[in-house]
Amino acid sequence: MSFSLFALQVLNGVEQGLLLFLVASGLTLVFGVLGVLNFAHGSFYMLGAYLAYWIAARTGSLLAAVLIGVPVMALLGLVVERLAIARLYKRDHLSQVLLTYGLVLLFNELQRALFGNDVHGVDTPTVLAFRIPLGSAQEWPAYRVFTAVACILVAAAMRQVILRTRFGMRVRAGASNAEMVEALGIDVRKLFSVLFSAGTALAALAGMLAAPLTTVYPGMGEGVLVLSFVVVVIGGIGSIKGAFLGALLVGLSDTFGKVLLPGFSSAVVYAVMAAVLLLRPRGLAG
Amino acid sequence: MRLLELIDLHTFYGDSHVLHGVSLSIAPGETVTLMGRNGMGKTTTIRSALGLTPPRSGEVWVRGVSVTGWPAHRIAREGIALVPEGRGIFPTLTARENLLVSARPGRWTVERVLALFPRVGERLDHLGAQLSGGEQQMLSIARALLTNPALIILDGATEGLAPLVRQEIWAALRKLRGEGTAALVVDKEVRALLEIGDRHLIMVKGRIAFEGDSAAFAERMQDNLALLRA
Repeated sequence: MSFSLFALQVLNGVEQGLLLFLVASGLTLVFGVLGVLNFAHGSFYMLGAYLAYWIAARTGSLLAAVLIGVPVMALLGLVVERLAIARLYKRDHLSQVLLTYGLVLLFNELQRALFGNDVHGVDTPTVLAFRIPLGSAQEWPAYRVFTAVACILVAAAMRQVILRTRFGMRVRAGASNAEMVEALGIDVRKLFSVLFSAGTALAALAGMLAAPLTTVYPGMGEGVLVLSFVVVVIGGIGSIKGAFLGALLVGLSDTFGKVLLPGFSSAVVYAVMAAVLLLRPRGLAG
Repeated sequence: MRLLELIDLHTFYGDSHVLHGVSLSIAPGETVTLMGRNGMGKTTTIRSALGLTPPRSGEVWVRGVSVTGWPAHRIAREGIALVPEGRGIFPTLTARENLLVSARPGRWTVERVLALFPRVGERLDHLGAQLSGGEQQMLSIARALLTNPALIILDGATEGLAPLVRQEIWAALRKLRGEGTAALVVDKEVRALLEIGDRHLIMVKGRIAFEGDSAAFAERMQDNLALLRA
């Protein structure tokens, strides 16, 4: 492998990992703080991508799709939390899996009914439709650079919110002892609603940003969901920092697995997960 | 008007009937102590009052308003703060964040609680998990005060702490008493409780077995101590 090809794969792996982080961060917080195993989290990614396709096809602008789509998905998150997820807080994981898997089926049918089973392309925004040369033989699409930078900015903003605001303090407190938070006069249900809604919006944003890169197709949420669970386990449940490290590790493993071990690429991610868990059974930041 | 009034509470954990008609009331500024052996229902009484384990029957009133069946955070906002068994410090938050996470404006400010517990002030940037048991208990009391409650409930004020730390905590509670914040104090140190409390309650098997002021408690000292012996 030439150096420039290696560098390109590193960049691709990091970019894929950063997108994965947007999805996995919501999943790990919902699992760690709300205690809910949410199989429907991948559906929010899928719906985000379809929404990006649908709005961009009408407005000709991916930016418009993000500006309209993210609030719509945040609202959907609020509704789903109130109607379905809130009933799961005191239930076991089996009930959670059954209900949230039911939501996956529901959202998949919704997608079929509204958009059909075709694969749809989403145009890269024209200002970003160029390539950045990387050494003599390789080039990196500018849109991928943009995606990576956008994810880093979102991750930095999340970090500020979680570490520096009262909301973030309460989320962290709730992750270790939600009842104590409630006993101190804080409406934990409201906190959970907002958190779930934010997680939904982040997963959808990842789907929107990924749409021009991966195309939009039925079942795209499931693959991301599985990888996100791997990220959550590698990073340590409930840890944003762990999710960030885990997502980069999974993104790089997946990318390099596809290049170096094409026949076994899907196994590479799990081998990495197994290795991490052997060394740190509670995950990187657990 | 009573600050807190519990009327005939019956509380269950699953099928097990834990509180058998508990009634008690606390007046503004009053310090009431709650004694009893382990498993007699002290913590359950507190959890029932706060809505953390809602009673199956009976009523909870705060300042003339029935809060029966309210979610715990709304009852807390009526002016009740909890220092729970095990202290309830958030381990991944710094001491400073533990103080600020639930603070509400009022006469208790960060400066004032740190003046009450200077040791907490020295550890503000340490994580909750890094503090000693005594520091955690002081932090828990400080955190409760910063919600500016009318009533502070201490479930196990000094239990499991070293003698010197216990003295510090009792001294702080005496100061609180002078400030006019009402308190419900659970502890095992009968002598300290008799000194600090206006009235005393003893629970036996989910019922209030004794209620009276310090003089009344002293009158039946031997009987009361028998109720508290394991």
